[in-house]
Amino acid sequence: MWQFSRYRTGGRTAPRLRAIPNAGARGCDDRVSDPAFAQAAALVVALRAVATSHDRSAFAQLFAHFAPRVKAYLMRLGTAAGEAEDIMQDVMLTIWRRADSYDPAQAGVSTWVFTIARNRRIDILRRERRPTLDASDPALQPEAPVQADQAAQAQEWEERLGTALEELPPEQGEMVRMAYYEDRSHSDIAQRLNIPLGTVKSRLRLAIARLRLRFEEP
Amino acid sequence: MTAPTHHLTDEWLLDYASGAATEPVALMVATHLSFCPLCRANAARLEQIGGTLLETIPPVAVDRNAWDRVAARLDEPAPDAPPVRIGIPGVPAPLAAYLPRGLDAAPWAKVGFGAARAALPCVEHRGFKSSLLRIGAGRGFPHHGHRGEEMLLVLQGSFDDETGHYGVGDVAVYDEAVTHRPVAGPERDCICLVVTNAPIRMTGIFTRLLNPFLRS
Ligand SMILES: [Zn+2]
Repeated sequence: MWQFSRYRTGGRTAPRLRAIPNAGARGCDDRVSDPAFAQAAALVVALRAVATSHDRSAFAQLFAHFAPRVKAYLMRLGTAAGEAEDIMQDVMLTIWRRADSYDPAQAGVSTWVFTIARNRRIDILRRERRPTLDASDPALQPEAPVQADQAAQAQEWEERLGTALEELPPEQGEMVRMAYYEDRSHSDIAQRLNIPLGTVKSRLRLAIARLRLRFEEP
Repeated sequence: MTAPTHHLTDEWLLDYASGAATEPVALMVATHLSFCPLCRANAARLEQIGGTLLETIPPVAVDRNAWDRVAARLDEPAPDAPPVRIGIPGVPAPLAAYLPRGLDAAPWAKVGFGAARAALPCVEHRGFKSSLLRIGAGRGFPHHGHRGEEMLLVLQGSFDDETGHYGVGDVAVYDEAVTHRPVAGPERDCICLVVTNAPIRMTGIFTRLLNPFLRS
């Protein structure tokens, strides 16, 4: 199983980012010079503005970024364009209405939007209940208290993960994308690619192990 | 209560995080997550993969009037936020939706050996069904094998078998290769959430005769 507790405590930066010369004045964190990080940070700022002051121009920014991606995600999962458009608009409205439930210490904005799109899709397209964990359930055993620097880390994790995904061997990367984007069981993936089920499982396991290593490296 | 020591497999967590999990699997995963901070953290990391893929997916053009249509609805009163689902004693929130009156009120049917089963109103998928299994305190369930996959999650009490000791929140996974004889701990009846895609197979000479009756 994954062990992220180590990872939670440090304020480490990915090597790729550290290599960028410090462009910021007044000893700013060098991450601000990284476009992906700056963008992720801008998304957090926009979402906070929506949550605290119903800022429409901030929401327009989120819309421009996420609407085409959420629609693409839904279509990759086999939803027809028209229906994907409707569900996407619904997802964007949910982002507007539930912005205050976003917790930057728990996840990056993209991850939060992903879970909203994933859940809306299941609710609308599948005629079944969707048992999910409710993070606000008071009966949950608490995790370690949230650290102040975790908000920045959630963004950083997402970014590191992006690099790590790109660097996966192609057959492992394909397996991960299929797992998230094709709504297929592992046995369906095996059938479609005409490879044994055991191979699908071992490739996925390897991919997850590799991603985990990227989380753990200094 | 101590945290579970037997956890979900990465595959089931991945299915849950990606949205591919069907209802019986999602019920099992969400119920375990209610007990387990470690798997919650792992599931969160797997959801992050979904977020990262959302950033890398080639965007698709939205309808020309998409923004106008959404913007026109921003002032609509928001529908009431879904209520926080709260578990009932002994039943974590994800499972409580299926057992609104608690474990004792489930539709229990005796299966012999001091054990009982109760079906759960869960949509069946690819042969996977959800049910509850109760083994009387200190009683043993006969030695048996499996025709497919079976996953147990302890909700109350505990049991031991050839593969280990399982307490509240722990997950046990069995497949065709495993035969076992679960014995409930003496402290109280052991109740498990069960997800399986095939009936069990009795291995004892006498209990083999019961196979036709165990297809629930
Ligand atoms: Zn666990």
